Amino acid sequence: MDLAYTAAEEEFRARLRDWLADALPTLPPPPPAGDWPARRAYDSDWQRRLYDAGYGNVHRDASPTLRLIFLEETEKAGAPYVGANFVGLLHAGPTIAAEGTPEQRERWLGPILRGEAIWCQGFSEPEAGSDLASLRTKAVRDGDAYVVTGQKIWTSHAEVADWCELLVRTDPGAPRHRGITWLAMPMDAPGVTVRPLRTLAGSAEFAEVFLDEVRVPAANRVGEENDGWRVTMVTLSFERGTAFAGEVVACRRTLDEVAARARANGRWDDPVLRRGLGRLHAEFTALWRLVQWNVSEAAAIGGVPGTGGSVFKLRYSQARQELYDAAAEVLGPGALDLSVPWTRERLSSLSYTIAAGTSQIQRNILAERVLGLPKGR
Amino acid sequence: MDFRLSDDQRALRRGVRDLLDGRFGREALRAAVDREGRLDRKLWRELGDAGFFALRLPEDDGGAGLGLSEAALVFEEAGRALLPGPLVATHLAAGFVPGAADGTLIVTAVSELDCLVQHFDDAGTVVAFASDGTPHAVDASEAVAVRSLDPLTPLHRLPRPCAPEAPGQLPLGAAVLLTAAEQLGSAARSTEEAVRHAKGRVQFGRPIGGFQAVGHLCAEMLVRTEVARAAVYAAAVRGDLTEIAGAKLLADEAAVRGAKDCLQVFGGMGFTWESEVHLHLKRALLRARMWLTTAQAEEIQAQALASEF
Ligand SMILES: Cc1cc2nc3c(=O)[nH]c(=O)nc-3n(C[C@H](O)[C@H](O)[C@H](O)COP(=O)(O)OP(=O)(O)OC[C@H]3O[C@@H](n4cnc5c(N)ncnc54)[C@H](O)[C@@H]3O)c2cc1C
Repeated sequence: MDLAYTAAEEEFRARLRDWLADALPTLPPPPPAGDWPARRAYDSDWQRRLYDAGYGNVHRDASPTLRLIFLEETEKAGAPYVGANFVGLLHAGPTIAAEGTPEQRERWLGPILRGEAIWCQGFSEPEAGSDLASLRTKAVRDGDAYVVTGQKIWTSHAEVADWCELLVRTDPGAPRHRGITWLAMPMDAPGVTVRPLRTLAGSAEFAEVFLDEVRVPAANRVGEENDGWRVTMVTLSFERGTAFAGEVVACRRTLDEVAARARANGRWDDPVLRRGLGRLHAEFTALWRLVQWNVSEAAAIGGVPGTGGSVFKLRYSQARQELYDAAAEVLGPGALDLSVPWTRERLSSLSYTIAAGTSQIQRNILAERVLGLPKGR
Repeated sequence: MDFRLSDDQRALRRGVRDLLDGRFGREALRAAVDREGRLDRKLWRELGDAGFFALRLPEDDGGAGLGLSEAALVFEEAGRALLPGPLVATHLAAGFVPGAADGTLIVTAVSELDCLVQHFDDAGTVVAFASDGTPHAVDASEAVAVRSLDPLTPLHRLPRPCAPEAPGQLPLGAAVLLTAAEQLGSAARSTEEAVRHAKGRVQFGRPIGGFQAVGHLCAEMLVRTEVARAAVYAAAVRGDLTEIAGAKLLADEAAVRGAKDCLQVFGGMGFTWESEVHLHLKRALLRARMWLTTAQAEEIQAQALASEF
C-alpha cells in the first residue's frame, strides 16, 4: 500500500501546475450553456493548447498514474472540463489504443489528442438500452465496406461529432453477443441524420441518430468482425472505471464552495446540514482513494480497469446527486432559480445513475460477476 | 503509487487469517458466547506470541517494527473473525504497560464518551489514553456491571468523571483507525456470509441470490465494504486524523448496515441466537460508539471543510 508518487511523477505534477497557472488566465470566457458548436470550439481549443504544451500524449502513452495526476491537477486548477472531448479522450480513444491496429492508432488518436476530432458514442438504441446486446442496427458487408442501417439514441454530442464509435449487428444468426462489431463511423457520411433531443435540463446535449445505408469502410472496424462485444467491454470498463476520476476532484472543489457559502449565509450553524456536508467530505475523500485503488490495479494488469469500476460508478453517481441536493439546501430559494449554476448541475446530476449503465445494471454486474450469484430475475 | 497490498502485506494477512481460522473458528466463537465473553487467556498469549500487540514496536523492543498499514490488516482479520477482547487498548498499551506486548497482561481502556469499560473482569489494568497515546491508570474501584448489548463484550460503567478531564482532546488516531479496520473486516465477513447463504438457500425453486432484490442487497454490501476498504487503507498509510475519522465513519456504516442486510438475507435464521449474524451486528454497534462516534466523525469532516478556506 503505497500512496507516494515517484520523483518523476511529482516533477510532472509540478510542471503541469505551473503551466496551468499561466495558461488558464489566458483562456477566453466559456460559451453559453447549450451552445454546442461554441462548446465544441472552446473544448477543442483547450485540448489544442494542452497538446501544444506537451500534454496531449497523457491520454495515450502515459502510465495510468500519470493520467490520474493529470486529471487531478487540471480539475484542482479549475481547468475546463473535457466536455465535447469526453468520448474521444476518455473511452473511444483508450479503446482504439488498446484494441486498434497501429494504422488505426495513427489515424485516429492524433486528431483526438490535438483537439481536431470530436467523437460520440453510438451504443444505445430505442429497443436496446440496458440490454445493449440486443442491439439491431445492422451492417451488411459489401466489398470493402459495411452498409449500416438502423437507429441510435441518447447519443451525446452527436450534433458536433466527427466520428462515432458505433456498435452494429454483423451476424443476425449468431447468439446475440457473438454477432456484434465495433466500427468507427464518420458522422458526415451520406445517410447519417442527427435529430437533437432536449434533456430535462433544457439543453440539447444528446440526440437521435438515424442511419440509412451508411457506407463505413471495413478498415474502420476495431477488433474482428463479430468480436465487437469484447471490444465493447473494454470501452465500458474505461467509461465506468476511469472516465469519471477527474470529476471526483471537481466535486471536492464544489463541496468546498458549498461549505463556504453555507458559512457565509448562516446555514452552517444547522448541525444536520453541517454534518451532512461533513459526511460528503468523507465520501469524496474515500472515492478518490477508490480511484487510486482502481488505477493501481489497472496499472498492474496492463491498463484496462476491472470490475472495480462498477463499485466506483455506483457510489460516485449517488454521491454526486447528494452533493447537489446539499447545495440546494444551502441555496434556499436559489434552489428554484435556474440561473444559479448549482441548480442546473443538480438537474444534470440526475443522469448519472442512468448514463453509462444504470445503477440497477451496475448492481447486477456486481452480484453476478463479482459475487458469483445466479443471474437475476 | 501502488495502492495494492505488497507481497509481505498479503502474506501477513494470510498468516493472521490462518491463525484465527485455526484458533478462533466457529466452535471457539460459540464457546466464547457460552462463556459470556470471558476471554481465553491461552489464546491471548498466543496472540501476543504472534505479534498482535507488539506489531508496531521497534524490533529492539521485541516488536516487529511494522506500521499502521500492517496493523490495520491484522485488525481487519480480527474483525472478520469476531475475535473478542480489548485488542485495540492492549495493542496501544504495548510498549508502555509491561506485559501488554507479549499478551501476559490484558489492558482495557475506559471510553470517555460513555465511561464504559470492556472486559473489566479479565483485564489486569484499566487505562485512559492521552491524545499523544500515553496510557494513564484509571481508578476503576467503583466499576458497576452493565448488561452488555454484545454477548462477546462484557461492559462495566465507571462513575463520572471517569478519565482525566481533557476538554477538546483529539481522538486517538491509531485507536480510531484500528477500530475502523475491525469494522471493515466485519463488513467483509457479513457480505461473504450473505452471498454464501444466497447461493445455497432455495425458495420458489431457485437460489434466493437469483432474486434481484436479494442480489442487489448483496451488491450494496460489497460497495460499502470496498469504499470503506479504500478509506481505511489510505487512512492507515497517511495517518492523517481527518482521513482516519472519515474512514471510521464509512467503516462503521459498512459494518452496521452490512450486518443488518445480512440478517435480512438470512431471514428467520438471521434472527436466531444460533447464527453468527447478530454477533456481527451487536459488535459493530458497539464499535461504532468506541473511540469516535458518527456525530464526532462528521463534525471533524465538517471542520476540515471549514479550514480549507
Ligand atoms: C445524459 C445521458 C447521456 C447518454 N449518452 C449516451 C451516449 O452518448 N451514447 C449511448 O450509446 N448512450 C447514451 N446514453 C444512454 C444510456 O446508456 C442508457 O440510457 C442506459 O443504458 C439505460 O438504457 P435505457 O434508457 O434504454 O433504459 P432501460 O434499459 O429501458 O431501463 C429502464 C429502467 O429499467 C431498469 N432495468 C432495465 N433492465 C434491468 C435489469 N436487467 N435489471 C434491473 N433493472 C433493469 C433500469 O435500471 C431503468 O431503471 C445516455 C443517457 C443519458 C441519460
